Amino acid sequence: MTSAQHIWIVLGILFVLLNIAAGLIWVERRLLALFQDRLGPNRAGPLGILIVLADTLKLFFKEDWIPPFADRWVFILSPAIVVGAVLMSFVIIPFAPGIVVADLNIGLLFFLAMSSLAVYSIVLGGWASNNKYALLGALRGASQMIAYEVFMGLSLMGVVMMTGSMRMADIVNAQKEAWFILTQPLGAIIFFIAGIAETHRLPFDIPEAESELIAGYHAEYSGMKFGMFFIGEYLGITLISAMMVTVFFGGWLGPAFLPAWGWFFVKTFLFIGLFILLRASLPRPRYDQLIGYGWKLMLPLVLANLLITGAVLLLLKN
Amino acid sequence: MEDVDNILLQLQQRFSDTAFYRQQTVDGILTVWVPKTALVPVIRVLKTELAFLMLYDLSAIDERDRARKDNSLIDDFTVLYHLFSFRNNQFIRLKVALDGDYPSLASICSLFRNANWYEREVYDMFGIRFEGHPHLQRILMPMSWEGHPLRKEHPARATEMGPFRLWDEKQDREQEALRFKPEDWGMKSQSDDADYMFLNIGPQHPGTHGVLRIVLQLDGEDIVDAVPEIGFHHRGAEKMGERQSWHTYIPYTDRIDYLGGVMNNLAYLLAVEKLAGIEVPDRVKVIRVMLCELFRINSHLVWFGTFAQDLGQLSPVFYMFTDREKIFDIIEAICGGRMHPSWFRIGGVAQDLPDGWHKLVRDFIDYFPKQLATYNKMVIRNSLFKARTRGIGIYTREEAFEWGVTGPGLRACGCDWDFRKKRPYSGYEMFDFDIPTAQEGDCFARSLVRVEEMRQSLRIVEQCLNNMPSGDYKADHPLTTPPIKKYTMQDIETLITHFLNVSWGPVIPAGEAMSCIEATKGANSYYLVSDGNTAPYRVRIRTPSFPHMQMVPYISRGYTVADLLSILGSVDYVLADIDR
Repeated sequence: MTSAQHIWIVLGILFVLLNIAAGLIWVERRLLALFQDRLGPNRAGPLGILIVLADTLKLFFKEDWIPPFADRWVFILSPAIVVGAVLMSFVIIPFAPGIVVADLNIGLLFFLAMSSLAVYSIVLGGWASNNKYALLGALRGASQMIAYEVFMGLSLMGVVMMTGSMRMADIVNAQKEAWFILTQPLGAIIFFIAGIAETHRLPFDIPEAESELIAGYHAEYSGMKFGMFFIGEYLGITLISAMMVTVFFGGWLGPAFLPAWGWFFVKTFLFIGLFILLRASLPRPRYDQLIGYGWKLMLPLVLANLLITGAVLLLLKN
Repeated sequence: MEDVDNILLQLQQRFSDTAFYRQQTVDGILTVWVPKTALVPVIRVLKTELAFLMLYDLSAIDERDRARKDNSLIDDFTVLYHLFSFRNNQFIRLKVALDGDYPSLASICSLFRNANWYEREVYDMFGIRFEGHPHLQRILMPMSWEGHPLRKEHPARATEMGPFRLWDEKQDREQEALRFKPEDWGMKSQSDDADYMFLNIGPQHPGTHGVLRIVLQLDGEDIVDAVPEIGFHHRGAEKMGERQSWHTYIPYTDRIDYLGGVMNNLAYLLAVEKLAGIEVPDRVKVIRVMLCELFRINSHLVWFGTFAQDLGQLSPVFYMFTDREKIFDIIEAICGGRMHPSWFRIGGVAQDLPDGWHKLVRDFIDYFPKQLATYNKMVIRNSLFKARTRGIGIYTREEAFEWGVTGPGLRACGCDWDFRKKRPYSGYEMFDFDIPTAQEGDCFARSLVRVEEMRQSLRIVEQCLNNMPSGDYKADHPLTTPPIKKYTMQDIETLITHFLNVSWGPVIPAGEAMSCIEATKGANSYYLVSDGNTAPYRVRIRTPSFPHMQMVPYISRGYTVADLLSILGSVDYVLADIDR
């Protein structure tokens, strides 16, 4: 691959991702409306899709206000961290054979490292806002992330053991016979749950908990800085969905009537839809309950999963 | 009905050297004038020996302008205590006469925990001081308010108060008054080993369901103490009553518990009708019951949806508001209004039921149970919902009595008390329905009770539909307002009465009466004093939300911020109902 081609791939992926993140504003609102017996945005453009444009314009033109009591530079930095970290994670995702920014042999590790970085934006944003609600949100966010990061990584290790590689392309190719959802169902479920917690979406939106903490860690943000958190959240959803697809649902693999990237997007959108459906249907646990589930239920389960996977692999090898 | 004489006899035996005076009232409630000095011992005996476990209401009357003092005991001010005995199903009304412009009286905070806010309210509204009160300061009016609004010399309208001016010093003073000092709220700012965090929830907050402010004293996320500040929604409904005619006050009542709609009219009108001696026809009773129960379902639907939303479940509120719209369609077809139809009248209702009302109500009765079952599955049986509500905000039956809790909150801790059954009014004795109860007294139990209440309300509505009596929609009584017009064109006397009743409004005979209904949130009462005029001399509105809110700090200590939202949601209050 020439470097010019490579640059086109990088730009193309960036373009597609940012558009997906923006488009999700509309997708989420329409889907929520569908689930909730109402219409949703339906005025601007066909099926209301221009709401995306209107929302973005509004965010861009809103006064970019930094509260006088905030810690100015940290306050500005933290929304950039979340978008940066999530976009960096996409580096290792193979959208189709050959369409990947960097085919790292430590792909999964890189993903885990980057998604851990995203928590800094919550903690720093909440801290720098110098607002009690934001601080509570940041506290909750930090403890939630620590609890869920642990078994997010562990839930993927079953797949790594079976593939013998952390390179994403290898993982996809290892699923030609059978998707890992069939052999690692527990790992997949736990990864998805951890992914919801990681993206702090309902039911695990405890750091922002609208009815309790108003907007939690981003309560003081407005304009495009708020928009960055917003985009970060949608990119996060897309990322977790893409990871689910890549690691457990055969990535780009599928019958030939769709191109490889087509399969990848179809599967990813199904998971995005699932995220939105969860948001429409579940209440939110209390944060100590959530962390309790994490340490007391999820961690033992994922460890058991690893043990069993290892034992079965050893048995098959002998 | 009540073993009235016995109570009085026992009191007289117990306090042989005290002069009790019994006053006759049209509502049949035992009313006793107690000397100021004997008040606290008498209330103690009533509570500990005669089973009057609940301080139902505490208020006062400014008697100085009263046109007709029907007995010689009335002095400048009267402080009123309504106690209720669940064992005997009996109210007792104690009155204490006070003289002087700013009198004082012994506090009963040590006897009833909910006396605290009631006494603060009396102080705020009348300037009567309560000796021994732990924290006697204004509760509904701003701290910097001058005067005490329910005193007769206090202006009732803004136009009587002169133009509003905010000069610099005043502005500084007002702003200084807003500064938060934990000590003013009765809280310490640090413990032995740590500083507390104070979190200000509200007045604008999505979880408070209205303009309510709660100051939380937090240790981490654990609530050490919570102090509600109320009064943002205070409109002086009781003061307005003194300026409105008996008839034109009806629309104001709708807006007290604004989710209860015409149910508020009913509470007010039952008291007026007692004063006027009006017996309404059966058809009126049944129409009123039907609309009240529709409003009860409506109010519970709002509670259900918003409660789920407080716990993070976004969708139910949309489904429930859709169903609420269906009820509003019925109400609109019958009354013409939706949330505040102001449709009941003295001695009847505004119009007869419209043609085709059967079909609307029938359709709803067929439609709703299935929806309710879905919601039950979606919310109540959801395990996350259970995790958020079970074991949270618990109180026992005794604590409920102590704090003046009524309605679903009382029934959720194992007390099957429903005023519709126990002291039937407006013909509830004719209906067949159950009183849902639960035992645990936590947020989950309160939810179960409300959901079941919707089913029971639907049963009542169905019985109304199947057995609607024929007859008039207004009582044939001279004080019915607007009056029946049948003979006005033939008979000059009737014409004059009609003309006066329409122009001045009815003149209700002197006396006093209290109603008591099972409103959506609990027991709602109007205590009306008439001195034989076209307007009430005093309107006292006892609302359920007021004592319920007073209890919130007590049941939320030791829980977390997230639990506070569960507790607030499960208590189901309406700010307008608290502040009046």
